[in-house]
Amino acid sequence: MAEDSANSLWYEFKKGLWQDIPPFRLVLGTCPTLAVTNSIKNGIAMGLATLFVLICSNVAISALRKYVAVQVRIALYVVIIALFVTLADMFLAAMFPPISKALGPYVPLIVVNCIILGRAEAFAQKNAVVPSLMDALGIGLGFTMSLASMGFVRELLGFGTLLNFRVLGDWFEPWIVMILPAGAFVVFGSFIALVNWISHRKAAGSSSM
Amino acid sequence: MKLIMIFISAALINNFVLTYFLGICPFVGVSNKIENALNMGLATTFVMTLTAAVTWPIYTYILVRFNVPFLEYVAFIIAIAALVQLVEMYIRKSSPALYRALGIYLPLITTNCAVLGLALFMVLREYNFVESIIFGFATGAGFTLAIVMMSGIREELEFADIPKPFQGISVTLIIAGMMALAFMGFAGLMRG
Repeated sequence: MAEDSANSLWYEFKKGLWQDIPPFRLVLGTCPTLAVTNSIKNGIAMGLATLFVLICSNVAISALRKYVAVQVRIALYVVIIALFVTLADMFLAAMFPPISKALGPYVPLIVVNCIILGRAEAFAQKNAVVPSLMDALGIGLGFTMSLASMGFVRELLGFGTLLNFRVLGDWFEPWIVMILPAGAFVVFGSFIALVNWISHRKAAGSSSM
Repeated sequence: MKLIMIFISAALINNFVLTYFLGICPFVGVSNKIENALNMGLATTFVMTLTAAVTWPIYTYILVRFNVPFLEYVAFIIAIAALVQLVEMYIRKSSPALYRALGIYLPLITTNCAVLGLALFMVLREYNFVESIIFGFATGAGFTLAIVMMSGIREELEFADIPKPFQGISVTLIIAGMMALAFMGFAGLMRG
């Protein structure tokens, strides 16, 4: 029994990392995925801010789940999320002003990040606190990884740097378009295609065995 | 003159969908048919104009006056949710056909980041009341333009032979990238 519950907790955590990885598989939370991934650092900062809000709101909503009337739940969730986002925003502005400046209005926009409301609705309101915590951790980390990998491609091609270190030599002509909105769309679309392709191949491989 | 500038800037040059990436969910989700896209665009434009008209007084006369601007996010999102609810009730009464066509996407306008983004940008850029309303309307018009164009392309796309992994959302995003490139051409309008 104990092993079962440990397994299921591990499953709740793991599913966010690949099977339900938010931006590429569920296509949720697309705005920040496109907007702040012009460098790895911004992507990771945004991912961690979202992770924080997701954990807090999932735990709070799961703890309150028995006391909330169905009709008012969405409004309540949104208010809870907005409170934690305000906290995260103030924390970033106080501790990391440059990052806060780079992310700009996209930190407050975590309020309407569909991932967070989606997890509240699909998971936290039906499950106990600990599984909700694991769910939030997994999805949040999956989201952070996705943003970081988008940032990796765009920063490498757009500036020729990684985490502000020059990795490509002088011969490299930066692709300015990668930093611009157009590049974000194209990279994001290609990532989704890549994820689709890998899962097609996986599915084909397991069915032929 | 400034009002015209705000309109052109919000609708074309800094189109919310294509330069700030706000409102991508409906942009991808409802852009498969021109008719649905147009309805969604109109509903969103309507909500955006109202949002600007409602959040501006809330910010100026309540939040700033009582010195609690940190409640901005909470106050805005509640105002928007209430507005969407009202619009939904009104459309259900006045035009059931439109209500069915919009379906689930009407409540989703609440979490359309473009609407909250609109309110945040409005505060950030310190627009006055009239400018805010123009800004809200222009943003909605820009959103409608982008989503209708995208749905037109996607209707044709159904006949194209696209590699399997790229089908659906993937190719939609790549086309959006090309549209963003095309919209960059409008940037020249502002300099003159």
